[in-house]
Amino acid sequence: MVEPVLLWRRLVGAQIRSQFQYRVSFVLDLAGNFLISFVDFLAVLVIFHNVHRLGTWNVREVAFLYAFSSISFALTDLVIGHLDQFPQKIRDGTFDILLVRPRSTLFQVIGSDFQMRRLGKAIQGAIVLAYVIGSLHVQWDAGRIAMFVVMVPAAIVIFSSVWVVAGCLAFWTTDGGEFANAFTYGGNFLAQYPIDILSVWLRRFLAYIVPLAFVCYFPALYILDKRDTLGLPRFVDFLSPVVALVAAGVAGVTWQFAVRHYRSAGG
Amino acid sequence: MRLDWEIAKVGWRRYAAYPWATAAGIFTNTVFGFIQAYILLAVYEHRSDVGGYDATDTLTYVFLAQALIMTVYMFGWQELALRIRDGSIATDLSRPLDPQRYWLAYDLGRAPYHFVFRGVLPFVFGALVFAFHYPTVPDAFAFVLSVVLAVIVSLGFRFLYNSSAFWFVDVRGVMMVSLTVSLFFSGMVMPLSFFPSWLRTLAHALPFASIMQTPIDIWLGKHHGAALVGVIALQAFWGLVFLGLGRLTLRAGRQKLVIQGG
Repeated sequence: MVEPVLLWRRLVGAQIRSQFQYRVSFVLDLAGNFLISFVDFLAVLVIFHNVHRLGTWNVREVAFLYAFSSISFALTDLVIGHLDQFPQKIRDGTFDILLVRPRSTLFQVIGSDFQMRRLGKAIQGAIVLAYVIGSLHVQWDAGRIAMFVVMVPAAIVIFSSVWVVAGCLAFWTTDGGEFANAFTYGGNFLAQYPIDILSVWLRRFLAYIVPLAFVCYFPALYILDKRDTLGLPRFVDFLSPVVALVAAGVAGVTWQFAVRHYRSAGG
Repeated sequence: MRLDWEIAKVGWRRYAAYPWATAAGIFTNTVFGFIQAYILLAVYEHRSDVGGYDATDTLTYVFLAQALIMTVYMFGWQELALRIRDGSIATDLSRPLDPQRYWLAYDLGRAPYHFVFRGVLPFVFGALVFAFHYPTVPDAFAFVLSVVLAVIVSLGFRFLYNSSAFWFVDVRGVMMVSLTVSLFFSGMVMPLSFFPSWLRTLAHALPFASIMQTPIDIWLGKHHGAALVGVIALQAFWGLVFLGLGRLTLRAGRQKLVIQGG
């Protein structure tokens, strides 16, 4: 158990050092990620310029969802990367190299794309969170603090699992890497808004089957002391960590199944 | 002209070569369209008009924007910047063909491919679920003309920020800023009709509305007669401005160019 962690630290450490070699580039990248993240938040503000409430949610509550989703998305992106380099590996056959190394392929794919600049988006989310948290009047009891602490790690695991499953499609459609975008960027977009404003079929598919509602929506219901307008029982609010574990299991199995399907292009 | 036509065919074929990428893109654009459609529909629970758009206009807008996103190529295009960085631009400049003309012809070949194969289906999927606004025949012709001009404005702008690579080793910073500003002010992220009036005025004074908001407004029948001619002329104007500025930077860059090795 310790050994993979040490190895991962070495892999990531090497990447961080290489990224710090070009300091100006790095700072510009970080600033760029920070800046472009504001576009989505401006969209939220533009919407609330026109209405006071979206469903039962006011601007501060949606900003809370937005901030949590952004932070989780950015940290997921930081840790597992965008998985967008590995379709390339499948296309040109260099995925073979991963197969002959004595570590799991998923571990190698995840460990090879650690980009510090992705912190830019997380910083932006954290600023939005810091700005709204005071005005939300949350009753900070032990349960809510615990949820607050667990929420982001659970969200990262859910996002990661969804991305891995979506990424597996690349094993079948060598140049269809963009399918995953619907679930990565699309998932982030969806998680920024209360899911009860979606229509039933979209909600069932994207919120429950692809469990994006558990990224922010349900934990936020509990922290903000809101009721689900769809009448789901309250214990659902606490299910995110469980959903995260199940999702991770599904992702692991799917990945193994997909790798078995892999046929080398002969790189 | 014959040469431009051949280059345009290359632009088309380059993207036609990856059918799965096209299918994946259609799926993604459709998913985004539906998410955004339901978010904005929630706004109409409280009111029936936002900046002159009713709910039908807004739904049509959302799916047209998803349909046009690849046609006008909103997201990072950096082929020129990469050619400047790795020095291939030197070869381009020594050819008896102007690079800007090359990329314009190439882009005008690429755009119809994306319009037909990336644009039509997401819109059709949206139309299966929602009732859309459809243009009159004259508006439809004006829309097509406006989309062509939008592609030219967009290419002009992309060419311009790409050519900053003559001066910067790493253009990602410039690209990110250009992308942020153009995404927001074109109406891609949110229809400009949703903006507060001062911000809308600013957005319409900038060139980026010509890339997205203008063609969609024409489809929605928001411009008539002289106003219609006016917005199309404005698109042509911004296209010429960007292409003109692109020429100037290319000329200045040519003086500046130093090729490492090779």
